Amino acid sequence: MIRLIEDNDPSAFEMLKLLYPYAGQSFIIGITGSPGVGKSTLIDALITQFRKLDMKVAVIAVDPTSPFSGGAILGDRLRMQRHATDEKVFIRSMASRGQKGGLSRATKDTVVVLSAMGYDIIIIETVGAGQAEFDISFLAHSIGIVSIPGTGDGIQAVKAGILEIGDIFIVNKSDRPDAEASVLELKMMLNMRRRPNTPEQTSNSFPNWTPRVLKTIAQNGTGVKELADTFLSHFDFMKQNGSIVQKKIELERLYFTSLIKDLTLEKILLFIKNSTDFKDAINKIVSGSMDPITCAEHLVNNLKVTHNLKVTGKKKLSGRINRHEEQEIKKLIETKHEPQNSSR
Amino acid sequence: METKKKIRVLIAKPGLDGHDKGAKIVALALRDAGMEVIYSGLHQTLEQIIQTATQEAVDVIGLSIMSGAHLPISKKLIAMMKTRGLEDVCLTVGGVIPYQDIPKLKEMGVCEVFPGGTSFEKITKGINSLC
Repeated sequence: MIRLIEDNDPSAFEMLKLLYPYAGQSFIIGITGSPGVGKSTLIDALITQFRKLDMKVAVIAVDPTSPFSGGAILGDRLRMQRHATDEKVFIRSMASRGQKGGLSRATKDTVVVLSAMGYDIIIIETVGAGQAEFDISFLAHSIGIVSIPGTGDGIQAVKAGILEIGDIFIVNKSDRPDAEASVLELKMMLNMRRRPNTPEQTSNSFPNWTPRVLKTIAQNGTGVKELADTFLSHFDFMKQNGSIVQKKIELERLYFTSLIKDLTLEKILLFIKNSTDFKDAINKIVSGSMDPITCAEHLVNNLKVTHNLKVTGKKKLSGRINRHEEQEIKKLIETKHEPQNSSR
Repeated sequence: METKKKIRVLIAKPGLDGHDKGAKIVALALRDAGMEVIYSGLHQTLEQIIQTATQEAVDVIGLSIMSGAHLPISKKLIAMMKTRGLEDVCLTVGGVIPYQDIPKLKEMGVCEVFPGGTSFEKITKGINSLC
């Protein structure tokens, strides 16, 4: 099933439709941080903690796809292999397949599947790029940012922008020197960070949750129990003050927007590529009578005027969607979603 | 949206033998051939390999065996694959495999055997042709 999603198989869409009603009860944790800070090892230790509480745990570990060969080595699992035979633990590696932001597009759909399968906790580990994976905040309820002592000064942390999305900051390998200094520095940066004003900017920071900074040594499990407890208390906290509902609305909105974006883009592109204008334009560009930018402008401007996006290719897609309609649909769904969610 | 099936391979080291340089190098070669490779790590039990292959939905399992126990291990794993719904997964074996054992392995149901010294080209071609 997850395989079909990854391979972008049309039948996956149908199955997702069936599964969707069952999903949505899981607590989704995102773990991110630079390569080699110990995310996988930490997750391994976290699994142990959550298993002690008899929770079903699923892990999605995303690793980078090579932009050159399209291949990937998925090595995160290696550190969690001792849970391989535990039936209440499901670990799935995914390759990023060229998606920016450290998450593959299939990740969200996989979350739906795992959630429908009844996993209490879903941990998503992102590509360890460190600075650009805000995408995780579009997926997870709670985000842990892992760092280690002695890497870079405060400036590193500010430019990353990652401070805004974190709910829990973890200084791993804290038996190393300078651990205290790192904790202090993080705390200082957190005190200075600007609160995002609109929920759309970042979805994780509700005014009254103060991000925690914790020290762990993932290798021997020091501090991991506290970390697991903190994640759970964050979840409870969100449930209590109702921000989980708002969060859900937001996640759904983002998910829906990206779905629409994909479908619209696919449809419009297909339409454009099949049009004679497209071929004409290519000819003009090749012959040098027009530059590509002007051509593109012409094409797209024309689109807006005509509005009849009928797909001429062999693929048949349901419904006619153009940009204007997309806006309307989005509005519709948004207004529909809110009462539904708050009643849950 | 592009619809493309990517080949997923699990490279696994069963049992006690602790040399995984070969397995890692093969993993890299397969990655460079555009496949998604999951490396299991050392000292895997067959149960772990089965679970991993199931959860990761792989097309191919590549066992790396240098301990000389390739015959019993493959036999047992194939039996387990059959009972656990992994009949459509191809099992390949590499490592230190005497040539006279290759027919025996194939008879058991091993799809392809790549003994030490097989070129990467041959391995990637072999795996590509299985999927």
